[in-house]
Amino acid sequence: MKKILENNVLESEAIYIFREVVAQFENPVLLFSGGKDSITLVRLAQKAFFPAKIPFPLLHIDTGHNFPETIAFRDKLVKELELNLIVRHVQENIDNGTVTEETGKYSSRNSLQTATLLDAIEEFKFDACIGGARRDEEKARAKERIFSVRNDFGEWDEKNQRPEVFDMLNGRIELGQNVRVFPISNWTELDVWNYIDKENIEIPSIYFSHLREIFERDGLIWSASQHVYRDEDELVEKRKVRFRTVGDITCTAAVESEADSIDRIIEEIRASTLSERGARIDDKRSEAAMETRKQQGYF
Amino acid sequence: MEVLKIATAGSVDDGKSTLIGRLLYDTKSITTDKLEAIEKSSKKKGYDYLDFSLATDGLVAEREQGITIDVAHIYFSTNKKSYIVADTPGHIEYTRNMVTGASTAQASIILIDARKGVIEQTYRHFFINNLLRVKEIVVAINKMDLVNYSQKIFDEIVGDFKELQRKSEFKDQTIKFIPVSALWGENIANKSEAMPWYTGETILQYLEGLRSEDFNEVTPARFSVQTVVRPKSESHHDFRGYAGRITGSSFKVGDEVTILPSLTSSTIEKIHFFDEEFEEAPAGSSVTITLTDEVNVTRGDIIVKSGEAPEGTKSLNAVVCWMDMKALQPGTKYILQHNTQNMAVKIDAIHENISTDYSGNSIVSSLKLNDIGKVGLKLSKPLFADAYKNNKANGKFILIDAHTNNTAGAGFII
Repeated sequence: MKKILENNVLESEAIYIFREVVAQFENPVLLFSGGKDSITLVRLAQKAFFPAKIPFPLLHIDTGHNFPETIAFRDKLVKELELNLIVRHVQENIDNGTVTEETGKYSSRNSLQTATLLDAIEEFKFDACIGGARRDEEKARAKERIFSVRNDFGEWDEKNQRPEVFDMLNGRIELGQNVRVFPISNWTELDVWNYIDKENIEIPSIYFSHLREIFERDGLIWSASQHVYRDEDELVEKRKVRFRTVGDITCTAAVESEADSIDRIIEEIRASTLSERGARIDDKRSEAAMETRKQQGYF
Repeated sequence: MEVLKIATAGSVDDGKSTLIGRLLYDTKSITTDKLEAIEKSSKKKGYDYLDFSLATDGLVAEREQGITIDVAHIYFSTNKKSYIVADTPGHIEYTRNMVTGASTAQASIILIDARKGVIEQTYRHFFINNLLRVKEIVVAINKMDLVNYSQKIFDEIVGDFKELQRKSEFKDQTIKFIPVSALWGENIANKSEAMPWYTGETILQYLEGLRSEDFNEVTPARFSVQTVVRPKSESHHDFRGYAGRITGSSFKVGDEVTILPSLTSSTIEKIHFFDEEFEEAPAGSSVTITLTDEVNVTRGDIIVKSGEAPEGTKSLNAVVCWMDMKALQPGTKYILQHNTQNMAVKIDAIHENISTDYSGNSIVSSLKLNDIGKVGLKLSKPLFADAYKNNKANGKFILIDAHTNNTAGAGFII
């Protein structure tokens, strides 16, 4: 039997984008959060350059408010694939006074990450930052280009974006500017899960159903953690939950779930009436929460 | 899963957002929390209906003005296919966004308000779809509920559209007319009971039935090299692979190939995809190719099957859609990006401005933002391109302003 490659349109598109990044930029980096989307990016990058190693480092912006499971997973992946990992800490920006920790009931370090990210871009002179954002996640992200230009301050000028015609990517920038690159722009949440399933990609345990100490606020399930502010009348209980997205522990809500395998997760998402970012506390701040953060340089 | 990329163009008044909202809603692709957010915003604005444009118009400026400015990408899926919709504005001042949205489309939905019939905007949408050679067109005649579901009105509009079709140079296109009411979900995903005279498919049925042969064209194979893979590791010491994406048709191991622009020949030794080797790889796939000979191949080179090479030329004529605030003038220089290669070009002449409403062409001295015109270019080195009408993948380019780095125009080689 003749061995004929079966083309996966979305996978080939992502690989094409990775190769354009390496060809067009001097100093790219992959923004790695430990979530399923950035883990998928790592697999796609492997495929794009095999048998050569992934030709750029990973950058993790550590808020200090992580799920411990994610950090353990990150370190294992880096070791197995012999990746070059750079970690920069939000705590440093707090300590040197460039950002101020939020206070109060909804305090989170989510938006503080932007300053740390921009500092790291300047420190290492990164000209392309590859991220796992998808257009189906959120309406402001639906307006993103695949190569999205940021000015010297990391800002997104959403009203004046470069036209992205055909499949041609124009990565020309001035010194000091950088481009955010989104290889899985056209993937949906289900596409990512189906890919993880097909490729047997390992993911952190918090994506699967587990028993966790939680409390309820505003109809969302919050993790009981030393990093999450909790009122006295917000009672902690144990419930079977899992996470659909993985961000900072202070801004990622859990969903009740029995899904303990990829198959069951896919089944659950198919039947779900709640969107993926419906459990992102950071998006709930206002109708334009994402657009505002992106303008300031958020990923 | 099969992926179908669709473009839609229209203004809010056509019911474009309602139609997209309907497709999402009827395929259960919109979740309760997003729906609730739309309900809340619709109420706040004092509407007694759900304004789906609030879901697709992702920028504050768009929601403020109630218009679509930039391309938004919307996703829905069925058990058969994943759909990617490029939702674009329909007004003349956003022509560049329409071209951008349609530039990756395999099918298009053109909306017509049944009360207004074929209008100037319809002309423009049709023109752009023809320029880009989108093979599958659905003409959705919307708001049938407001014209008493009249077959006579539907037939008249179909007749007018067919008149328009006669003016098009692109004949390999399938046009499907469907009477719909996006607001009431009639003939979108579910059949309308109010129009028993229409026995054809709903929009979704029609899209579901399209096969990749219907919307992809088969042309000579081209492989633009993106980057050279050289691991220099012990296990792959001498490996030198050429990474890129195949277009047009497949490549096979053993194919005799010519490398452009050097015109050297070789044979495909292996086709790699990640840690596997394949004997054949289809159009669209991103692979790494190794050759039997040690030839000099770099980024920007094009690998083609021997005997199928396009001619190299240092001057060409193209239709250009201008996308920059600074007008295109003869004598100016730009960077031309053709797939993975860049070269300096000089604008030799602007032959004419093409009116997008089929009212005829006019002689002009420059192309302004959103203009489409015929342009002559002089290139700094030979380009091995095809005419867009023969080979879309190898017949397109973009023009980049070297001073601002902006993508200033999109070109279709004649």
